[in-house]
Amino acid sequence: MCTTCGCGDTELVPVELHEKILAGNDRTARHNREHFLEAGVLAVNLMGSPGAGKTAVLEATARAAASKGWRLGAVSADLATDHDAVRLERAGIPSRAITTGQACHLDAELVHRALHDLPWRQTDVFFIENVGNLVCPAIYDLGQAANVVVLSVTEGEDKPLKYPVMFKAAELVLISKADLVPHLDVDVAAIEDALARVMPRPERIVVSARTGEGLDRWVAWLERRRLELGLVGRIAGLAGHVHPPGARGDRPAG
Amino acid sequence: MHEYSLVEALIGRVEAEARRRQALAVHGLSIRVGELAGVDPELLRTAYETFRAGTVCERAELRLTTRAAAWVCPSCDAPIERGAPLRCPACEVPARLVEGSDALILDAIDLEVP
Ligand SMILES: Nc1nc2c(ncn2[C@@H]2O[C@H](COP(=O)(O)OP(=O)(O)OP(=O)(O)O)[C@@H](O)[C@H]2O)c(=O)[nH]1
Ligand SMILES: [Mg+2]
Ligand SMILES: [Zn+2]
Ligand SMILES: [Zn+2]
Ligand SMILES: [Zn+2]
Repeated sequence: MCTTCGCGDTELVPVELHEKILAGNDRTARHNREHFLEAGVLAVNLMGSPGAGKTAVLEATARAAASKGWRLGAVSADLATDHDAVRLERAGIPSRAITTGQACHLDAELVHRALHDLPWRQTDVFFIENVGNLVCPAIYDLGQAANVVVLSVTEGEDKPLKYPVMFKAAELVLISKADLVPHLDVDVAAIEDALARVMPRPERIVVSARTGEGLDRWVAWLERRRLELGLVGRIAGLAGHVHPPGARGDRPAG
Repeated sequence: MHEYSLVEALIGRVEAEARRRQALAVHGLSIRVGELAGVDPELLRTAYETFRAGTVCERAELRLTTRAAAWVCPSCDAPIERGAPLRCPACEVPARLVEGSDALILDAIDLEVP
């Protein structure tokens, strides 16, 4: 309203917000992170190209970590099928598929909704297998404790340079399918050099789900992360949690 | 193509702000996109043009500012050469990303209020 005469003229006002466009997702991710931490669960967001070997690494992890006595769990994003979740179940990892349909990435709300269908509180390490995609998943926080990227030796040495956003977001890169190196014209040192140009702290482990190479180091890495987060020795599954009003994706039963 | 879901979130946020301030219309919005935001600015613009019809942003012009990525040494502040390993060759420490390099931010909205 015009203040001089009250004539009803409108006014144009600039409203400064300076807010992240993904602020809504980040809020739900923080909520998921609270869920995981209070229940003593190490949540790992596993990303990588289609076919990089994400599911295979998890299958092999179940074997390699057997002696740790960890209870594992997983959700697996899939555009259309539940094949990966079925494979993980068969490997001894209780799993659910998150069918994303058209979406090219998981977001925090999809993960939160899936958690309400799973006994994730009783797990020690919980894997979130993201959609096979080196672009979109990188910018969505899911509430994980760590982002891990699976990069297979068959993908080309310069992949990190082409997808810097994904690798910048990664805490660890698993260079997978190492058993194929003798059959390929690929130089693992060149992959490592590329990683050092996109990651300030280029941590990587060379693994093969086929032969089991490197999996002991990967399991040790998970164990170290559990220690660092203070998750070791806690009794999981006891803490309750309160959903803040309007937390997206909540179900009454949760 | 997460640009579409980003635009959905963006328009949702503008709608909420417009409602809160009882705005009659939205005339423009300013967003900032860093090179390492994981977003293709042109795709974002296309997605915005596609989605704004029938929403509160129908007549709102999108002002988009982009910004190149930069890394520096956290210890001596020397810039890291583009494409070089992300480590200061002098101080031997991991580089730090300069603020704004991965920004994906809604800076301002122009609202028409009574
Ligand atoms: N030789 C060899 N093949 C592997 C290895 N890991 C995975 N593969 C093969 O690579 C293909 C893809 O493996 P998956 O584990 O399904 O890959 P993914 O990343 O989960 O794939 P999506 O979920 O569809 O994106 C399969 O044919 C696997 O058998 C490995 O360590 N060595
Ligand atoms: Mg898979
Ligand atoms: Zn919850
Ligand atoms: Zn996308
Ligand atoms: Zn320095």
